[in-house]
This record gives sequence, structure tokens and C-alpha cells, in this order.
Amino acid sequence: MRRRGVGHYLGQVAFAILVLLVFFYLVFPFFWAISSSLKTPNELFQTPLVYWPPVPQWKNYAEVFTGQPFARNLLNSLIVAGLTTTLSLLIGGTAAYALGRIRFRGKRAVFYGILGVSMFPQIAILGGMFVLIRTLHLYNTWWGLILSYMVFTLPFTVWVLTSFVREIPRELEEAAFVDGATPVQSLTRVLLPVMAPGLVTAGLLAFIQAWNEFLFALTFTVDNKARTVPVAIALFSGASQYELPWAQIMAASVVVTVPLIILVLVFQQRIVAGLTAGAVKG
Amino acid sequence: MQETAVKKRSAKGGISLESRRARTAWLFLTPTLVVVALVAGYPLFRTIQLSLTQTNLLQFPLKSNYVGLLNFKFLVQDAQWWRSVQNTVVFTVVSVAAETLLGLGIAMLVNAKFPGRGAMRTAMLIPWAIPTVVSAQMWRWMYNDVYGVINDMLMKLHLTDKAYAWLANPRLMLPAVISVDVWKTTPFMALLLLAGLQSIPTELYEAARVDGATPWQNFVRVTLPLLRPALLVALIFRTLDALRVFDAIYVMTGTTPSTMSMAVYARQQLVDFGLLGYGSAMSVGIFVIIGLFVVAYVVSLGVEVE
Amino acid sequence: MKRIWLAVLILVGGLFGGAALAQGVTLHISCGAVGNELTLCKDEAQAWATKTGNSVVVVSTPNSSTDRLALYQQQLGAQSSSIDVYQIDVVWPGILGSYFVDLGKYFNQSDLSGYIPALITNDQYEGKQVAIPWFNDAGLLYYRTDLLKKYGFTGPPTTWDQLTQMAQKIQAGERAAGNDKFWGYVWQGNAYEGLTCDALEWVYSYGGGTIVDPKGNITIDNAKAAAAINMAAGWVGTISPPGVTSYQEEDARGVWQAGNAAFMRNWPYAYGPGQSADSPIKDKFGVAALPKASTPDGRHAATLGGWQLAVSRFSKHQAEAADLIKYLTSSQVEIERAVKGSFLPSRLAVYDDPQVIQQNPFIHQLKPVFASAVARPATATKQKYNQVSSAFWTAVHNVLTGQAQANQALAGLKAQLTRIKGTGW
Repeated sequence: MRRRGVGHYLGQVAFAILVLLVFFYLVFPFFWAISSSLKTPNELFQTPLVYWPPVPQWKNYAEVFTGQPFARNLLNSLIVAGLTTTLSLLIGGTAAYALGRIRFRGKRAVFYGILGVSMFPQIAILGGMFVLIRTLHLYNTWWGLILSYMVFTLPFTVWVLTSFVREIPRELEEAAFVDGATPVQSLTRVLLPVMAPGLVTAGLLAFIQAWNEFLFALTFTVDNKARTVPVAIALFSGASQYELPWAQIMAASVVVTVPLIILVLVFQQRIVAGLTAGAVKG
Repeated sequence: MQETAVKKRSAKGGISLESRRARTAWLFLTPTLVVVALVAGYPLFRTIQLSLTQTNLLQFPLKSNYVGLLNFKFLVQDAQWWRSVQNTVVFTVVSVAAETLLGLGIAMLVNAKFPGRGAMRTAMLIPWAIPTVVSAQMWRWMYNDVYGVINDMLMKLHLTDKAYAWLANPRLMLPAVISVDVWKTTPFMALLLLAGLQSIPTELYEAARVDGATPWQNFVRVTLPLLRPALLVALIFRTLDALRVFDAIYVMTGTTPSTMSMAVYARQQLVDFGLLGYGSAMSVGIFVIIGLFVVAYVVSLGVEVE
Repeated sequence: MKRIWLAVLILVGGLFGGAALAQGVTLHISCGAVGNELTLCKDEAQAWATKTGNSVVVVSTPNSSTDRLALYQQQLGAQSSSIDVYQIDVVWPGILGSYFVDLGKYFNQSDLSGYIPALITNDQYEGKQVAIPWFNDAGLLYYRTDLLKKYGFTGPPTTWDQLTQMAQKIQAGERAAGNDKFWGYVWQGNAYEGLTCDALEWVYSYGGGTIVDPKGNITIDNAKAAAAINMAAGWVGTISPPGVTSYQEEDARGVWQAGNAAFMRNWPYAYGPGQSADSPIKDKFGVAALPKASTPDGRHAATLGGWQLAVSRFSKHQAEAADLIKYLTSSQVEIERAVKGSFLPSRLAVYDDPQVIQQNPFIHQLKPVFASAVARPATATKQKYNQVSSAFWTAVHNVLTGQAQANQALAGLKAQLTRIKGTGW
């Protein structure tokens, strides 16, 4: 008994250390970003290293919004990512239902064909995309971006949702059918709650992917009418061509990161966990 | 009662249930197929078409000669191409393995009743939320050998007595870049696997405990099999992305031959050199290699489609 | 009723038509991604617009040269008229030359004589003047005046051997005094275009040529070039940090500005930040021409940088665009840019302007450096310049990181360049 006690105790300590290391690995760069955002340009390169600036430069955060129309960029990102996600979930969700539930010929081809679209590097399809966007007169608009983002969010959403749809026991649907539910009621009252973890996760991942996308946003927009946050940050004004306004860039990143995290936390914890608990018990 | 109703319908209309369901399926699939065909169709067609030509974007008027499979012949003989393939495959295998293990661990932690799970839940999202254009540059400066914070911390903790040139030493470059990519994309894995874990009904665990299963048996017999669909999707898409890696490698190590990935090399041909034909052939090559990985996954791990 | 509506229509139409006529043409210019540069460009473009009754929209572009090139390629490749005036890098006239208008139509010989001749020649493509130089840049040697004094040196080094010796002595001294992060010489050694700039300076300063000569012959495979590159390889890990082979401009400046380097090779932009209010090296440094080799045919070398302005052949308002360029590169505007933004002028006379001398004396001091300026072989290699540069920097990088010997690497480079050249540039 004693031996097990010591071994067990050591195991727990080792486990705790491991968890702490992982936590540190994930969080430290963000701490470093915050501390960099509060430094003066000279403190950034100073040796010995400055871990927390003696006089935090909070003005860097104000400059993020005064130096350029960052609020507009945030709005653009929000709308583009939001609509891309919503559309991907709607369109992808219906496709996933078909792929996950119904047997039909050609299913395999469709499944892998949709995947195949994501197997080309972005830079390769950039030229063709550019021509397409211009032909459709969608250059420098939200829809130009939304449409081009569907290229990678849709296959991913379809595959994720299909795997969730397949796991839903048929008995649930049949029970609802027996109870006299219409297809719509069956969808909203029975299927949706059970698919919730999949929907929310696919949605969150698609949202963040669209939010962070850089290459298409850079190429298909030319001014702040539709320019999104990552491009805006890349264009941040420094004092000269080679100088990077690092503190402002870090400040902008912090400004952008915090709401995203809150968004994901709210959706992940409240909605998913809550719904799942309800659905399974129910 | 429904059965007779269904039978009546099929007897009347002559349309079998199967084909009606198939029609419904195609109806549901149409929006997706339309969007994909519309948006991706032309660019992909153009890429494949260009790969069969020698086209130089930097010349106006554009000169484009059809050369058949000549670009592919060059590609197969291109030593730097195979080096890039090797770099990318090593990068992919190591980083996807690391992300999966880490992501799974974090997901299980967050899913269980564990003190500090709230903090971990927040922490796991941070790397994913920082824009990629910023995080790669930030890590670059963290890895600097004179004013980088990583060397500083290692020395302060007395784990080393001299600074390492992480981004200059050929043997340290790939590990450094992999560490950044793992940091950046573990949240993706963790989120996906967490969703998978949350879908597993708790009754199954209770039943297993009643049967006297150890935590390990719980994991292997209950968790893993039920997690397999989510795990597979996560693996496939992460591998897809890792094989197409561009930002992490380009920002941190540029076009250094010892770390250049396939996508970096392709971009160099397409953009810097304006060689649309050769660059497109390279993109097709990337597509083929990714396809091989997908086939490997399907065959060995068994992706269910029916 | 009908008559009133007609009158209203005519009035409204007249107002709009009149407004449109009064506005003249609208030009789009892509000039600058970054703060001071962008602000100045906007103000200057606006001044021209007001003067000529047109309007100008400034399009901002990414900081990174490669991203900018990619963007330009998309626009030009799609034959888009969205941008009329392009700000292009000094090595792009050969690459994008076929997409630009021959400005020789709008600039006669006397117009062109005011600019630095090397830049005018650089901006020619197949006999046409496809761009006008806007501002200049050249590689400089930054040196710590206080440390040179402390260790008994009378002035900046004029040969590479002197630089190496001085750096060694200063580095040893500073380290002994307690600063273990101190290095002698920092520069740009990453595998990118910046390495081509640095390496070209070494090679040219040894009399080893310019990779490809103006006639198109491949000259890089020679003993002097090999000696130059070996010299640099010898610095890595001795007077330069091992990480120097991953440094770009900002990385080197980071080490220098914190006071951890005795010498730095960088562009003029680093002067301003070095003199900022809380800079650790404020008033403790100077700039000079980069050293030359000690051999008789050694010469000072500074790689030409800077940006030029060109007019897209798809522009619908080419004459107005050329006029805008004329205004932006006029003496008056270049003086303003030199004073307000420390932009090195492309007009020789501006270097001697009293306002410039007063505000930014170091610009005037740099005038002789341009006598030793060397251009990268972009004009000779035209569309294939990026391939040439990439092959060159890869070969040099392999030598610097100890993965190849210089003479082997250069022999291999020559073979590669021959293949790239094919039947001709």
C-alpha cells in the first residue's frame, strides 16, 4: 500500500508539472505579445531583456484605432467571417445530412471530390480566383471574400458535420417520426440539439479560419471598404520601409484576440456543453 | 401505419423509396456542389491547364506554349523539389503527431472534472486566435540569438550557458518551425476532439466503471473507438494543411533550402519567377502527394463513407 | 409640370456633369505602405491634384516586397486599370518592364539629366525609359564613434581587414567588461534578397564583378568573388553572431540599436531610429562607405536600393500619370521628402540643398557613397532577375553556413545561371 501511495503521489506531481508546462507553452507567447505592445521601440531590443516595461505605453492601443480605420477593418472581418460561417453551416449541414444518412450511388465520389478541392495550395489557385472575382464584379467587396473563403470552409464543414450526423442514432429520428413530428420539427427538436457540438465546433473553426485568412484578403481587396483585420495589420504604418511598428502590431493583435477567445468560450462551454447534457439525458 | 402508407406511395408512383431518397440526397447536395464547382472549378481547371504549358507572367503580351508533360518531367528531376517534399513530409509527420497527442490530452483535461480546466480551456484557444501574420513574426523574434526571449529564459533557468541560433543552425531550424506550428494549431485539434468527447454519452463510462474497467481500459475501449470519426476528420484536415504549410516556414526561415516546404517553393516559382507553367505543375505535384496521404489514411484507418 | 421636371433634370445633369468636368481625371497611385512614407505621398499627391484640377487616390500596399510583387502581378496580369502609377523596387524595371509605358515620351533628355545617371540607366528596359527614380537607398557602414575612440582607433575602417581587426578588438574588450551579448559586426545574412545586396557589396569590393555583367555575361565564378565570400563566412561565429545567417534588416538593427554591436551594415533608414530620443546609441554613431578589399583593384561598394515610379500600360490616363510622376520627382518635392522623411533624393542637386544640409546633414555626407554605388544585375537579366538572385543568395548562404566551399559553390552557381540564361536573357 505504501509503495503505491508514493508512486501514485509522484505520478500526480509529474502530471501537474506536465499540465503546467503545456499551459505555459500555450500562454507565454500571448503574455509576451502583451508586454511587447506596451514597450517603447527601444525596449523591444534591449538587453538584458525587459519582461515587463517600467512605463507601459498604453497609447499604443489608442494608436491602433487612430492611425488607421481599424474599427472598419474589424467590422469587415466580422461580417465576412460571420457570413462565411453561417453559409458554410447551412449549405454544408444539408450536404452532411445527405452524406451521413442517405445511401446513394456516387456518394464516395462526391465525398472525396469535395475534399479534393482543399488539396491545392492557396497560391496555386490565386490567379484563377482573381480572374473569377473580377469577372463577377466582386473585387473589393465582402461577397468576393465570402465566396472565395467557401472554397476551404465548405469541404471542412461538410466532412466534420457528416461524421457527427453519422453518429446520431437512427432511433432518435424514427422515434420522432412515430411521435408525429414533421421533418422540420424532427430537424429542429431532435437532430439539431444532438448535432450541436459538431455544428458549433465546425462553425467556430470555420469562423476563425475565415477571420485569420490573409492571402485572398490581400489580393481581392484594395482599400478599407472590404479590407479585413489580418491585411490591415500587415499594412500597419511604421516610420520607414524596413521598420516594423511592432508595438502597434502587437496591440492590434491583442485587441483582436481577446474578443475571439471570449466568443469561443461562450459558444464552446455554454451552448455545447449545455445542449449536449440536455440532449443525451432527454 | 406508416409502413402501409409508404408501401401505398411506392406502389402508386412506381418510384422506389431508394431512388426517392437518392433524389433527396442530390437535392441536399446541390447547393454545396454548385458553390464548390462555381468557385473552385475555374481556378482548378486553370491550374491544371497551366501546368501543361510554359507561361511566363512577367512578359507582356503573355506568351504561353503548350508543352504537354514537360514541366512534370523537369519536376521529377528537380533535386530541390524532392528536398522540399522531404522537408514538408518530415514537418507534417512530426507536427501532426505532436498536435494530435497534445490536442487529445488537452481535450480530455478540459472535458473531465479537473481543477484548472477553466484556465486550460481559455489557454488552448489563445494560439489559434492570434493572427498568423503576427504570430510567425513574433516567434521569429522570440527565437533570436541575441535579444530573443527563449534563449534568455533557457539561460536564466540554467538549462544552457550559451544562446542558440535557432533560425540559423540547419539542425535547429526545422524543430523551431515545428514548435511554432504545433503551438498554433493544437487548438484546432483540441476543439475538434473536445466536441467529439462531449458527444460520448456518460452512461457508457458509468457502465464501464460498473464492469470494473481501469481508466486506461476506459480510454482504449470506450473513448478511442467513439472518438474515431472526429479524430479521423481532424487528422485528415490537419495533414492537408500541414502539407500545404507556407506562413510558418516562409516568415521564419524564408527560402532556405534546408527548410523550404513544397508550397514555399511553388510560390517562389509562381510569384517571384513568374513561371506559371512550372509553378502550376508543382501545385499539381502537391495535390498528388496530399492525395497519397489521404489514400493512406483511408486504407489504414478506414474512413467510413456508407 | 413636364417642363419643370425637364428643367430640374437639366440642372441636376448640368451640376453633375459640371462637377465631373471640374474634377478632371482620377488617378490611382500605389505608393508606400508605411507611415511617414504614406503620409508624405498622400500629401504630395493631393498637392498635385489641387494644382492640376484632378484627383488622386492613394492605394496602400504591403510592406513585404514579395507580397507587393505578387499583388502587382495579379493586377498587371489581369490587365487591370485599377492602378495607374506603380511604385516599384529598383530591381523590378527589368521584371515588370513590359507592362509599363515608355516615359521617354513625356520626359526629354534635359528632364532626365537631373537624376542620378546610374538610376536612370537602371530604369530602362529594352531601350525604353519605363520608370523614373523617386528615392534612393544604398548600403552603409554604421560605426560606433564612442567605441572607436575608447579602443584607440582614429576613424572608421576603409578596408575589410581593418574592419575585422577593429571588430575583434572591440568585441573582446566589451565582453571582458561584462557585456556577453556584444558582437563586432552585424549584417543581413538570411537567405533572401537582402543577402544578394550584402554579398554583391563584398564581391564588387574585391573586384569580383556583379554576378552578371551589363552585357549579360556570367562573371561570378572567379577567385576574387570566392575570396570575398570566404571572408564573410569567416565572420560568422567570430565577429558576427551565429544567428546572422537568419538576420534581415530589422534583426540586425535590433542588435545594433541596443548597443550590442560595434559595426552594422544597413540601409539609411536605421539612422533615424538610432537618433531617437531614448535610443541607447544616440549621438554615439556615424555612417561611412563600406570598406573595400586591401588588394589594388579593391573598391568601395554600396548596393543600390530605392524605389521608382512607373505608369501602367493599361492606365486610361497615361499623360496625367506621367505628369504626376514629374511632380513627385521634382526638386521641390524631393527636398521636402529629404527634410521631412529622410528619403534619399534621386536628384543629385538636392544633396547639396541648404535646407537638406541643415535638417539632415548625413544625407549630404552620403553623396560620395553614390559614386561607389553598384546596381544589382536586374537590368541585364530582365525577367529572370529573381531566379538569378535566388540562385546567388542560396549559393552564398550555403557557404556562410558552412555547407559548401566558396569555389565549389560558385562553380555550381555558374552552371545554374547558364541554365537559367538559356538562349539569352
